[in-house]
Amino acid sequence: MSEPADSPDTDRRRRTIDVVNASLARRYASERRFRLLGRLAVLLGLAFVAVLFLSIVANGYSGFQQTYIRLQIAFDPAILDPDGKRDPAAIRGADYGALVKQALRAEFPAVSGRSELRELYRLASAGAEYRLMDLVAHQPSLIGTSKELWLLASDEVDLVRKGQIDRSLPESERPVNDRVIGWLDALEQRGAVDTRFNWSFFTNGDSREPELAGIGGAIAGSFYTLLVCLALSFPIGVAAAVYLEEFAAKSRWTDLIEVNINNLAAVPSIVFGLLGLAVLINFLGLPRSAPVVGGLVLTLMTLPTIIIAGRAALKSVPPSIREAALGVGASRMQTVFHHVLPLAMPGMLTGTIIGMARALGESAPLLMIGMVAFIVDVPKGPFEPSTVLPVQIYLWADSPERAFVAKTAAATIVLLGFLITMNALAVFLRKRFERRW
Amino acid sequence: MTSESKALDDFSTRRFGGTVGEVTVANPRMSARNVDVFYGDKHAIKKVSLDVGSNEVIAMIGPSGCGKSTFLRCLNRMNDTIDGCRVTGDIRLDEHDIYDRQMDVVALRAQVGMVFQKPNPFPKSIYDNIAYGPRIHGLAGTRAELDDIVESSLRRAGLWEEVKDRMAQPGTGLSGGQQQRLCIARAIAVSPEVILMDEPCSALDPIATAKIEELIDELRQNYTICIVTHSMQQAARVSQRTAYFHLGDLIEVGDTTQIFTNPRHKLTEDYITGRFG
Repeated sequence: MSEPADSPDTDRRRRTIDVVNASLARRYASERRFRLLGRLAVLLGLAFVAVLFLSIVANGYSGFQQTYIRLQIAFDPAILDPDGKRDPAAIRGADYGALVKQALRAEFPAVSGRSELRELYRLASAGAEYRLMDLVAHQPSLIGTSKELWLLASDEVDLVRKGQIDRSLPESERPVNDRVIGWLDALEQRGAVDTRFNWSFFTNGDSREPELAGIGGAIAGSFYTLLVCLALSFPIGVAAAVYLEEFAAKSRWTDLIEVNINNLAAVPSIVFGLLGLAVLINFLGLPRSAPVVGGLVLTLMTLPTIIIAGRAALKSVPPSIREAALGVGASRMQTVFHHVLPLAMPGMLTGTIIGMARALGESAPLLMIGMVAFIVDVPKGPFEPSTVLPVQIYLWADSPERAFVAKTAAATIVLLGFLITMNALAVFLRKRFERRW
Repeated sequence: MTSESKALDDFSTRRFGGTVGEVTVANPRMSARNVDVFYGDKHAIKKVSLDVGSNEVIAMIGPSGCGKSTFLRCLNRMNDTIDGCRVTGDIRLDEHDIYDRQMDVVALRAQVGMVFQKPNPFPKSIYDNIAYGPRIHGLAGTRAELDDIVESSLRRAGLWEEVKDRMAQPGTGLSGGQQQRLCIARAIAVSPEVILMDEPCSALDPIATAKIEELIDELRQNYTICIVTHSMQQAARVSQRTAYFHLGDLIEVGDTTQIFTNPRHKLTEDYITGRFG
């Protein structure tokens, strides 16, 4: 049964097709535009990240290297042990700087005059003395002998060597004068200058001398701070999430608590620092600048993140698992601890790691509780004064010495390395333990 | 005759909430009287009274949202887990009020097991799936006893031959029908008196469904089974009694053959002849 060609139905159908066809080109064009915009946005984001990383690495790679000079050190008994008693205390207290000065004078016998000599002595770092002191203290038999040693050069020598002080500038605009550069070139010709990987950057504490400064103290401080933070925030966060999600009856109180936890997650971190200063240090009398206080403050900051992530993880466990356990007669507690919590754990760990990564990068609240002090010693426990990596970066960025620029960038690279590792671990955990029902 | 059972007798000879047919049986394992269920303000079940006899399969049918699943979940207090759900009335298991303060819900669920609509094995090994119930209740003293329970439960569920060589593999790796039989075996493992089944075959293909139905028929020897189903053929095949629910009311109860050949209520007749639902 066919319809007549000019029936109103056929007519309308034909019109519909025409209208659809006319609009197709426009619809596809708008989709193409949207895709293009999306690609541009992604490219722009990647470009910013690339610029950030390149600039940090370009600035920072030289911070991992340090210049050493070779000196013939004579362990003169007259300086080190005038009494000849080999008394360890006396040996420790001897003037090792004099040995370095002697060696430098021997290297350049022509130099004379007070100010010229002072410039000459500044070729070697103050760290060279400490190195000699350690050597002799461990091996007193060195006294009376002579030995060729590679000793740390000063930061200025280091900068010239790395090309960060421009030799072509007029002498008056340069922190290092022509004489010093001449000595350095002479040493270089004798093969007595070398650039080596700076292992002590990872083990030393902070120092006023850039060539001696390291992030060892800051890493230890960050470690203790995060340890305290993790030990408190993970169990408390998980327990709170489990209680709120699995046990608490929905009431006005739990709604209020939920709103406040979400609010807490949005509080500026410096406010937590003020709270730590007022309550933990001033009221409870905990030690200033100590990782334990830093850890407590960061716990307050991380808790909401962990609780929110934990609740989301618990919510994503399908109710059928709970019903299955309840159905065979498990109590609520058994249901939660035997079935729900193990399934939610990867999600909770992911949230915890992300919270920890945030805590690791946090500096503002720690400034408030005094973890910004200049601390040379590497802390040996959470109650000793220390600083943390981001605050160390902030301190170095504030230092006037030119050589701290590279140190700042190098410390930033280390911090970013830790953060990327932690986030990668979170992604790995999520992928590895992700379950589909 | 004690005064209590006398009272129950008087009570059971009354007509219950307008239900057509005989809601009582001679040897009830579970009996519900005047049960009302509210979800917040919603009145989900209205004055339902129904006995479940020993070693019988009772099917509950009705259109979606009629309250049959809600009623089923009252029988082992699974509704307790739903916020805002309130149950009134009287439900007894072997003369014990299951909503009594004295009644422990964990003990109740050990006696009244449940199989759900979607197969929901634990994401653990097949062995651990079955062994979980006996373990938490401390039913097996030794490893050998536990092995026995696991084997006999799987045998009863007709799954033993298919899985005996892969007990350590995850239960979630089985096919849908096998998973559902695993869930039945899991329920059997704690030796319940009553097994509640909430549309146990709705996610399965016809062959797996046939196996489950066979299994239900075998289990009737040892257990009392309440099954909620959307398939009237299934109700007709597996059950001895059938209860028809409609909008929260229990409309009609009777022998399955009678319900399907000679329904007494107009609504029942309309439903089973396919006029709605």
